[in-house]
Amino acid sequence: MFEIFTRMADWLAYELPGLSPTSKAGTALHFFIEDSSKIFVLLLVMIYLIALVRASLNVERVRNYLAGRHRGFGYLMGSGFGAITPFCSCSSIPVFLGFTSAGIPVGITMSFLLTSPLINEVAVLLLLSLLGWKFTLLYVLIGMTIGMIGGLVLDALKAERWLQDFAARALEQGQARATDSDNSADNHQPVMNLQQRHQFARDETLEIFGRVWKWVIIGVGLGAALHGFVPDNWIEQHLGGGQWWSVPAAVLLGIPLYSNATGVIPVMESLINHGLPAGTTLAFCMSTVAASFPEFILLKRVMRLRLLALVFFMLLIAFTLVGWVFNLLTPFI
Amino acid sequence: MKQIKVLGTGCSKCSKAADIIEKIAAELRQPVTVTKETSPEVIMQYQVMRTPAVVIDDQLVHSGSIPLRADIESWLK
Repeated sequence: MFEIFTRMADWLAYELPGLSPTSKAGTALHFFIEDSSKIFVLLLVMIYLIALVRASLNVERVRNYLAGRHRGFGYLMGSGFGAITPFCSCSSIPVFLGFTSAGIPVGITMSFLLTSPLINEVAVLLLLSLLGWKFTLLYVLIGMTIGMIGGLVLDALKAERWLQDFAARALEQGQARATDSDNSADNHQPVMNLQQRHQFARDETLEIFGRVWKWVIIGVGLGAALHGFVPDNWIEQHLGGGQWWSVPAAVLLGIPLYSNATGVIPVMESLINHGLPAGTTLAFCMSTVAASFPEFILLKRVMRLRLLALVFFMLLIAFTLVGWVFNLLTPFI
Repeated sequence: MKQIKVLGTGCSKCSKAADIIEKIAAELRQPVTVTKETSPEVIMQYQVMRTPAVVIDDQLVHSGSIPLRADIESWLK
């Protein structure tokens, strides 16, 4: 199904400019054309189709659903909704407060917020087309697990102690209300007809595409540069053995770098093709996507430094563990 | 005079929303004051989870995107 993009890239990168398929410039250009054209077409078609289906799902619904749920189930649902609910990272503070003031425990809210940047429809599509279904499935399972365990740990440590005062008060009031009455069902959500769904899906496609196309170009560009200009065996020789220290090093390198999932997946593809072990790659990429300094600075307005530091170290440890376990398991996958 | 508040934690879409409302108000010669509200606490009080959101004379009229021209015109009339 994706062969057409390979053939187009053959033609545009090798035949037209007369570059050799064994030359560095030729392979870099080929990688760039093949991946960027494939990703753009996939994004346009699939975002539209997915948006059509989930048009009526939004953060308000999720909040109403999660409010007053049983805890154990809550982490799973929080993380699951985090993966499928559309929401822009610039809304993470209002979403955090909206959930909190509905009395939802901090851990469940954080399951939602931690999973959300790691897993979304664009990331899953890219993984499927570039790295195959097995890798995608593992990525999704790991992403959700990190979200759930992160939430559980935060609640076990009673993280609500370290909220900013107004947020802590909102949580208390919310929980008092939640026990008073059964949670208010989403009664003001109108049913959508096909026309409205189409409109939503069209706007969503344009909006997401407008936001991510630059990331695709940057990510594929970096991937192509790696492909074409890093000596063939360099990565494999130096890091190919899955040396234990390479995983925490990759995470530490990844955290200050910020990218969203769309930009980083083409880089992952290129790193893996060059012999970087899958676990190390995954650890690096998840840390660039999930933890970013701008996001932490925003969260500072609702969380005290202690809680922020806790979340930060928790992610650091989680991604390192993921990398190690994945590297150990790779021979069996 | 209408008091218009644009709620948002400081993303680029929020400033764009404030700018377009001011621009359309000027076109329609409607006297308004547009302010940007970035305090998370205030945004929470309006129960807004998706920004930018628009509040006119203390009534929440919109949330989740840069509002459309037609909507802005209808609020200003």
